[in-house]
Amino acid sequence: MLNYDIVVIGGGPAGLAAAIEAKKNGVKDILVIERDRELGGILQQCIHNGFGLHVFNEELTGPEYAEKFIDELKNQGIEYMLDTMVLDITEDRKISAINTENGLMNIHAKALILSMGCRERTRGAINIPGTRPAGVFSAGTAQRFINMEGYMVGKKVVILGSGDIGLIMARRMTLEGAKVEAVAELMPFSGGLTRNIVQCLDDYNIPLLLSHTIIEIKGKERVEGVVIAKVDENRKPIPGTEKHIECDTLLLSVGLIPENELSLKAGVNIDPRTNGPIVNESMETKVKGIFACGNVVHVHDLVDFVTKESKKAGKSASKYVLGELVEKEEIIKTNADEGIGYIVPQRIRMSNVDEKLELFMRVKDVYKNVKLVIKADGEVIKEFKRKHLAPGEMEIISLNSSLLEGKQVSNISVSVKGA
Amino acid sequence: MNKEVVCIVCPMGCHIKVKKDENLYLGYTVEGNKCKRGKEYGIKELTNPTRIITTTVKIKNSHLRRLPVKTNEPVAKDKIFECMKVINKVSIKAPIKVGDVVLENILDTGVDIVASRSM
Repeated sequence: MLNYDIVVIGGGPAGLAAAIEAKKNGVKDILVIERDRELGGILQQCIHNGFGLHVFNEELTGPEYAEKFIDELKNQGIEYMLDTMVLDITEDRKISAINTENGLMNIHAKALILSMGCRERTRGAINIPGTRPAGVFSAGTAQRFINMEGYMVGKKVVILGSGDIGLIMARRMTLEGAKVEAVAELMPFSGGLTRNIVQCLDDYNIPLLLSHTIIEIKGKERVEGVVIAKVDENRKPIPGTEKHIECDTLLLSVGLIPENELSLKAGVNIDPRTNGPIVNESMETKVKGIFACGNVVHVHDLVDFVTKESKKAGKSASKYVLGELVEKEEIIKTNADEGIGYIVPQRIRMSNVDEKLELFMRVKDVYKNVKLVIKADGEVIKEFKRKHLAPGEMEIISLNSSLLEGKQVSNISVSVKGA
Repeated sequence: MNKEVVCIVCPMGCHIKVKKDENLYLGYTVEGNKCKRGKEYGIKELTNPTRIITTTVKIKNSHLRRLPVKTNEPVAKDKIFECMKVINKVSIKAPIKVGDVVLENILDTGVDIVASRSM
């Protein structure tokens, strides 16, 4: 049995930031386990820029952002294993992992940090009817093929879903000589950042078809076309609006799902709204000593916020190992009220909160000129004005801990209210 | 010369109308922006829109076949495809460090193509 103070599962931006922060807070024996052949995670295929505006105050590409953390990890002398797959974890933090060099390894950790990220939803997840030809890719898969492996995936492309990866790939395919016929989006608004709609679609005159979906994929060996249709307010295709678009490739950017197979094995409970572990103020799951951060907890749109959250997880895990985390205390639950989709963390123990309590959340709809109302046991404690809120843009609010000091609060709720 | 642009300075996404007006000091009127930065952005988009290009070049002797690269300064928007043609002809050999110049002064713009990662 190998023994470590902290084991981090996943060497993407979340795992890297958590490991570095844990080391800086005085924990020595840390191991990062990564299943890919290199560290950095999905950032390595996100070659576009726009990363790091919050953390470094400059616009970096994904690989540049990753390299800063990889260098720091190495400078800190933190151990890592590549090409290594974690097969199982248990409630008492025993890990089974395998690679071709060491075979099967049993590892025990005093604290465990889950940072496995997320996976793309596939054609199967959204049940598009039609034949099953080659040429249907998830947007991230196409991104990896083009940006890392050097394979161009198609010439005439339709993209379903206007999440950020779909938008980024529309531009990327165009730059490499493909013709992107359209981006179809089921919802009446895009799930992507405004800057991406402007810089990836408008710049290249790529039409964004809101309230549209694909109702059939055509082609035998290779995709030959798709049938798109307008949808009504219940997202059902409207008969008579069908249109055939000729294409050889369909990219799907239809959502991401946190990757929690391992978490479930350790008995971690999942929030059905985020599809990630229910965590407390310290990013600790229901299982003592098991922490989680990044896209495995909830899907982020900016890596900068992943870094921020993961630092908190790393610091908390180090406190846990050093016996400094306050375990027993009244718990405050957070409650996503009117207009709010979810809040992370779901549980709060005030003794572990520094000056500021940060709540990460997503709204359910697009709102202009509204207030985010924070209530403690039904009483308004703070309001934040917001000019613009959208489901595609995660909202972070920061509350002074003093607002809750000395109060016996059992519930904090957030709601959207017209100004 | 008039143009409607969606401002990307902040998440508000204001729809800005920019119109030429030679009587004004700035030479343009800007409508629909809710802040000063939007005005600057609107005029820049009309007069000289620029973008950073991020793409890849071929690389040999590495575990990957493509090296991510970017322009170290923004280039004029209407030069993007011309630049892509030039960049796609580049083939380099590992090792390379992040920030290393892969191609100097592309199309005489004074802008260099640099590596986005070490490989």
